[in-house]
Amino acid sequence: MTDPAVPVEPMDPRSGVSTRAADAVAGAAVAAITEVTDRRRRLGWLFWLSLGWIVLTILAAIFANVLPLQDPNLQSATLNAGPSTAHFFGTDQLGRDIFSRVIFGSRVSIVVGFGAIAIGLALGGTLGMIAAYYRGTVDTIVNAVSYVLLAFPALVAVIAIVTFWKASLWKITLIIGIASAPLIFRIVRAATLSYATRDFVMAARTLGATSRRVLVKELLPNILPTVVSFSLIGVATVIVLEGSLAFLGLSIPGPTPSWGNMLNQSRTGLNTVPGQSNPWLVIFPAAAMFLFLITLNLVGDRLRQHFDVSEIKL
Amino acid sequence: MTYPPAASDPQSAVPLLEVTELSTSFRTGRGLLKAVDRVSFRLGRGRTIGVVGESGSGKTVLARTVMGLLAGSNVEKTGSVRFEGQELLGAPNSELRSLWGARMAMIFQDPMTALNPVMRIGRQITESLRLHLDIDRSEARATAVSLLAQVGIPSPEERYGSFPGELSGGMRQRVMIAIALACSPRLLLADEPTTGLDVTVQAQILDLLGSLQYERNMAMVLVTHDLGVVATRTDDIVVMYAGRIVEMAPTSRLFSSMAMPYTEALLASTPRLSNPSHTRLAAIEGRPPDLTALPPGCPFAPRCRYAQDLCRRAAPPLVTAERPDHLYACWYPLGARTGPAPVSHSVSS
Amino acid sequence: MAKYLAKRAAAFVVIIFFVSLGTFFLVHLLPGNPALTILGPNANAHNIALIDKQLGLNRPLWTQYFIWLGNVLHGNLGQSFVTRESVVSTIAHAFPIDLELVVISQIIAFAVAVPLALTAVRKPNGRFDRYSTAGTFAMLAMPPFIVAPVLVLLFAVNTHIFPGPASYVPLAQNFWSNIHTMILPALVLALGSIVIYYRLLRNDLISTLQEDFILMARSKGLSDRRILLRHALRPSSISLLASAGINIGSLIAGAFVVEYLLQLPGLGYALVNSINQDDYVTVQGIVLVVAVAVVLINFLVDFLFTIVDPRISRD
Ligand SMILES: Nc1ncnc2c1ncn2[C@@H]1O[C@H](COP(=O)(O)OP(=O)(O)OP(=O)(O)O)[C@@H](O)[C@H]1O
Ligand SMILES: [Mg+2]
Repeated sequence: MTDPAVPVEPMDPRSGVSTRAADAVAGAAVAAITEVTDRRRRLGWLFWLSLGWIVLTILAAIFANVLPLQDPNLQSATLNAGPSTAHFFGTDQLGRDIFSRVIFGSRVSIVVGFGAIAIGLALGGTLGMIAAYYRGTVDTIVNAVSYVLLAFPALVAVIAIVTFWKASLWKITLIIGIASAPLIFRIVRAATLSYATRDFVMAARTLGATSRRVLVKELLPNILPTVVSFSLIGVATVIVLEGSLAFLGLSIPGPTPSWGNMLNQSRTGLNTVPGQSNPWLVIFPAAAMFLFLITLNLVGDRLRQHFDVSEIKL
Repeated sequence: MTYPPAASDPQSAVPLLEVTELSTSFRTGRGLLKAVDRVSFRLGRGRTIGVVGESGSGKTVLARTVMGLLAGSNVEKTGSVRFEGQELLGAPNSELRSLWGARMAMIFQDPMTALNPVMRIGRQITESLRLHLDIDRSEARATAVSLLAQVGIPSPEERYGSFPGELSGGMRQRVMIAIALACSPRLLLADEPTTGLDVTVQAQILDLLGSLQYERNMAMVLVTHDLGVVATRTDDIVVMYAGRIVEMAPTSRLFSSMAMPYTEALLASTPRLSNPSHTRLAAIEGRPPDLTALPPGCPFAPRCRYAQDLCRRAAPPLVTAERPDHLYACWYPLGARTGPAPVSHSVSS
Repeated sequence: MAKYLAKRAAAFVVIIFFVSLGTFFLVHLLPGNPALTILGPNANAHNIALIDKQLGLNRPLWTQYFIWLGNVLHGNLGQSFVTRESVVSTIAHAFPIDLELVVISQIIAFAVAVPLALTAVRKPNGRFDRYSTAGTFAMLAMPPFIVAPVLVLLFAVNTHIFPGPASYVPLAQNFWSNIHTMILPALVLALGSIVIYYRLLRNDLISTLQEDFILMARSKGLSDRRILLRHALRPSSISLLASAGINIGSLIAGAFVVEYLLQLPGLGYALVNSINQDDYVTVQGIVLVVAVAVVLINFLVDFLFTIVDPRISRD
């Protein structure tokens, strides 16, 4: 049984600070400093390793053209080969180099993932801050709209739109970005609300700071930790969504490689009799995606804990 | 301290509850926090002891440690708690569980949070009954309904199926009492049973507790921050400050000749009918000390208007006054504060 | 209670209205001739005239919408121009498969997540807790389209523990071989839900266990096990339920993926096929049905809330 006294320390840094404010100021400052250094250490090696992997993947995607890679669409004579020195990850049914395709394929996931969240943040994030800051009618209306949109199953909407509109990298990014806006709106709104009534914001407002200034200078820096950690997890979610679409053959069409459409291709490899199937076609894109997703989630989750953002219930 | 033996009780040589040198500390991020510091007292069968102290003085921690409810990797407990001669400190959970609810029960400080919000109150009573008494469902139900009636809940049959959220604060507190008394425990630890209720309800609840206690010959530890509450309802009073006992005496004795300036200040801050108790204490000047870093002298010295040099240098021991049943921890007790030198103490261990 | 439900019901109607609007205008706001778009390769003068008439394209858009809505409300989702089959009957054949998949996967998910969380919170941050938290964390990075091919490779291609693709047997035909085919896809779907349910329940249990009423329950002498099951579980299951509702959307996405991979003739399989055949009428029908189903499930979850936690309807 949990004992009720387990020091889930620090329960909530904010309330902690406010009770401590009653204590001697110097004591509070010291405690706050030790707490911060304590936490920084607690990010742990796994966090840095994961962050390193994410950065590495992104760099590889950016510089794929200049890296000594084979042309991802070049069809060599060796079909369905296993890993070798010529082809690190083997080749697919058309003799294309899987290693090169996995690296080039990361571009789709990265662009869609980060792009869509950027769009979602620009739309939902801005609205969320404004709604939470001004409250009133604006807030009520946007809030109600966000609830309605959230109830709409995103994947189905995206599938429907893509079907009638034909997929391309930018369209997919835009559509998923818009679809993610209501959720981001809710997160940013909740985070902003928790600060909008704080003393320092009130002080700034009564001192006559412009709304714009309060929003940008006072509120934004405070909600940033929440937003960043949730955004990373959001990127992972979007990548999964794009991957599902690609797997169903509804995202960016070939021959452009993407992790999702490589997995889609691999289906044919699974249908054949054991001797003829090519497991490498499944394993490498799956592993690349798995690693990217798990590191994104891990970094996002650690940051969330680090900044002590609770898993907001929306 | 001695108690008049209850004549009918053959076991009277052993007090019902005997707490000796009990300390409870929490390991926190800021160091060891001594919430209860070397507390000793005894409680005879059917008697009542009041534990008084301002907020944060360690009353709740004391009550929970006595009960054995505080456990965890960050809690350190030393000393001894004997209940009917049985040592509770360090006793295995299974042993404690057979006592909890059956022989000793607790009323929690806040009736708003201490009842399970998603369980009907009837069930919250019967589960204790069915666990400890060997009775069937319908019997348990009947007992629970009669308990609800006893604690003064109107139409108990209907209330049996209510959720806590459907009851007022006073009603919830009555339900808590019904739960605590369900199996007729020998000892009741009532942790501020009336804080947060309005004054008339407070008096009702306390009178109810008193009469139920009398009927059942149950002993009670009545925790409160309100000296007024314990004035007429307890046999003895323990005054706590910073986790320590700073004064202890039979109730009438305490009020007639209190020795501690802190006790005096507590009395002065006692809420009257004119200012209801949830406007918290008209608190004593200054803040309670940081329990992780106590000053070397008397912990109350920084706030004490009679404090002198000695008070800030050395902590006064708990000693007896002229009467052996009156203990206090003060260098310059009230009434003796005429000469410049501290009164000489006869230190009793 | 009644007021709460009325409010939810009103929201439900509004959302359904928007869903229908969205689905309708998806087809009708497309650039170009809707009849041509709908018919795709099947376009000929006769078919175009038929579509124009069926859709009432000469009338104002709003009139068209209400005519379409009227048809939908009468259970008429139109007829496919590719297969000539009524969309309703296509859906009626496919839907039970999704239902079965979702139900089995959720049974697996709850059967794994709940005991896991209950065990983990007995010693928060203890060894078991840390391992299961880490383990479920890895599952976050294993969406169906990654897991399904790998599991099929392992269990259906390399070993034959489970049947491979295209081996669907209807439930009515043979119960056990049907279940046998469904286990692998359901397992794939369950993984994602396990993570969500486990993490939410674990966190909520830990915070519930800090509550006074848990200490109160202990002070009655109840066993830890009883406290966990009777006192802590229920107040902790609100976000679990909420997430089960929200989760249904991604569950359907996952169902589509495994159906597509294993060629189970469910809605997802039908949807992808219709998309590939430019069978827009069927796509529109499926999208509508799935969207309504998701909204409906969320509504039912809201209703369940009020039963699990009496506090909800009072606030
Ligand atoms: N689980 C815990 N971990 C760390 N410190 C604790 C814990 N529980 C209590 N304390 C500390 O122990 C001290 C005594 O607290 P306690 O709750 O016993 O006071 P109290 O006399 O009951 O006050 P109140 O009148 O407000 O109920 C406080 O300083 C409190 O912060
Ligand atoms: Mg207390």
